[in-house]
Amino acid sequence: MDKILVGLKRVVDYNVRVRVRSDGSGVETDGVKMSINPFDEIALEEALRIKERGDASEVIVVSIGGNDSQQQLRTGLAMGADRAILVDSGETRDPLTYARVFLALIERENPGLVILGKQAIDDDNSQTGQMLAALWDRPQATFASKLEVNGDKATVTREVDVGLEIVEIDLPAVVTVDLRMNEPRYVKLPDIMKAKKKPLDTIDIAELNIEQAPAIKEVNFEPPSDREKGVLVDDVAGLVAALKDKGLL
Amino acid sequence: MPKVLIVAEHADGKANPSTAKCVACASAIPDAEIHVVVLSDDSENVANELATLAGVARVIRVDNSQNSNTIAAVQAPQVVAVTDGYSHVFGPSTTFGKDLMPRVAALLGVNQVSDIMEVLGSHSFKRPVYAGNAVVTVETPSDSIVVATVRVASYRSAPNDGDATIDAVTIDAELPVHTRFLELQAGSADRPDLQTAATVVSGGRALGSTESFDLIYKLADALGAGVGASRAAVDAGYVPNEMQVGQTGKIIAPDLYIAIGISGAIQHLTGIKDAGTIVAINKDGEAPIFEVADIGLVGDLFTIVPELQDAVS
Ligand SMILES: Cc1cc2nc3c(=O)[nH]c(=O)nc-3n(C[C@H](O)[C@H](O)[C@H](O)COP(=O)(O)OP(=O)(O)OC[C@H]3O[C@@H](n4cnc5c(N)ncnc54)[C@H](O)[C@@H]3O)c2cc1C
Ligand SMILES: Nc1ncnc2c1ncn2[C@@H]1O[C@H](COP(=O)(O)O)[C@@H](O)[C@H]1O
Repeated sequence: MDKILVGLKRVVDYNVRVRVRSDGSGVETDGVKMSINPFDEIALEEALRIKERGDASEVIVVSIGGNDSQQQLRTGLAMGADRAILVDSGETRDPLTYARVFLALIERENPGLVILGKQAIDDDNSQTGQMLAALWDRPQATFASKLEVNGDKATVTREVDVGLEIVEIDLPAVVTVDLRMNEPRYVKLPDIMKAKKKPLDTIDIAELNIEQAPAIKEVNFEPPSDREKGVLVDDVAGLVAALKDKGLL
Repeated sequence: MPKVLIVAEHADGKANPSTAKCVACASAIPDAEIHVVVLSDDSENVANELATLAGVARVIRVDNSQNSNTIAAVQAPQVVAVTDGYSHVFGPSTTFGKDLMPRVAALLGVNQVSDIMEVLGSHSFKRPVYAGNAVVTVETPSDSIVVATVRVASYRSAPNDGDATIDAVTIDAELPVHTRFLELQAGSADRPDLQTAATVVSGGRALGSTESFDLIYKLADALGAGVGASRAAVDAGYVPNEMQVGQTGKIIAPDLYIAIGISGAIQHLTGIKDAGTIVAINKDGEAPIFEVADIGLVGDLFTIVPELQDAVS
């Protein structure tokens, strides 16, 4: 296989306690730590391992967003990606448009595999990979926990509600990864220095001539309804009594 | 008038309860006419079962030998082929629906509304984002079809007192063969299903081993409960992946949820926020799980759990 394309989305770090802005316009992102979407780090790790096994020649990381996504792409380069593409997307932030961007990049780069996360932990959409596979008319193996490339095929283990499903797909294809696929490597200082010299190209989304998808409007954000504070019991007898009280035993 | 098409989830000739929950969600759209489509190699039993769901006017059978396994790339074009005349297409937010529905949406040229938790109108919905830390109200364009997944934990199944008509249709689209099902490694089915059980007992990293997790199974069996786990317990290999509860596992809404040796990370809590009563057993009184627990007991699970099991047996 020639190339692997990996999506790296810049999202609010998973450790941040996200707060809704008081005017309901969104969540607070000022001064909040931003990171690579955790699933995308796993996607990149997997791509790097495939390359290290000799099954791919180049790993390209892609981020669609604003200029600040360069930071996540640089981290990706430091992890070991060969080059990066930033697609400057302005205000656009919907999965179908993202999928169309990836398709346009596929037409330029001809990858054998596109590895994405199973979901971005900001919008929790879980759509982009499936949409891309549909537009590309290629296989999708979603929620993957194991990926074995053999020539022009791959065997993928998927985490599904009843257990594990194993499928075989023809390449090229889209794989979206789940958390248990691997443990991403740590970035070392010398790698960060080296990454500064690796190519990072910026493309304006307008250059890709993409049809803008009908957007879903986000009208208002609110905090989730709070659960009422409960009671502490002293021992098992107290617990059993409390459960009986509620009619649960 | 809104016309909603629901894509049925099923296995082994039986409907998955998620379909009845999608029907309940669709019923919240004012004046909606609801149809269900079943893609299968032999849909007769499932179609008969789904025809009894209250609120469903018509069940559409699509039988094709290529549907013997659920492969999204194979099913999506078939779903698209029957969407003519519908204003909405819904599927469950289970791994089945999450895999299939965005593929359908892309073929129809629209974005998807993921995880509907509340219907406000035919084109207005609430959905959770940021692992449930925020709820957003979204509006979909009124001039295009709405494709959505339904957060099944937000709905109670539609009852079974309906009587829908059943029609079979044939679709002659060329279906891809680039994706081949090899094998399903399903967990054991000798305990109540995690997603529908009235009581669920979950264990976390604190259990420390596969052997110790037996404590959780024994308590669950004494309560007739389903068994879940935190991601840490799954990652450590104490239990299989299908038991994970949370943002990236299962979103559940049992009447009673008992979290044992689980700290209560936000990604775990998002999976249980609709539970009726949450019980937490943890030796750390400061653990975040106690902020959401209705009943908390601070102490060592290795002494508490056997005692509790005795008390409820
Ligand atoms: C993108 C992403 C998605 C995630 N998705 C999920 C998900 O879907 N589900 C999920 O669960 N997690 C998920 N996580 C992981 C989550 O952040 C936590 O790491 C995980 O839930 C912790 O599991 P735990 O509570 O079992 O372990 P810990 O956090 O280690 O907690 C163990 C608890 O056990 C208590 N304890 C220890 N010994 C005893 C004892 N003898 N008796 C009683 N109590 C004891 C401790 O006080 C502690 O509170 C996700 C993380 C990320 C980044
Ligand atoms: N703006 C983006 N830039 C790069 N990759 C993205 C972007 N949006 C989505 N992706 C990829 O698609 C996956 C699923 O995202 P989503 O469909 O938004 O849940 C992510 O984990 C990324 O791998």
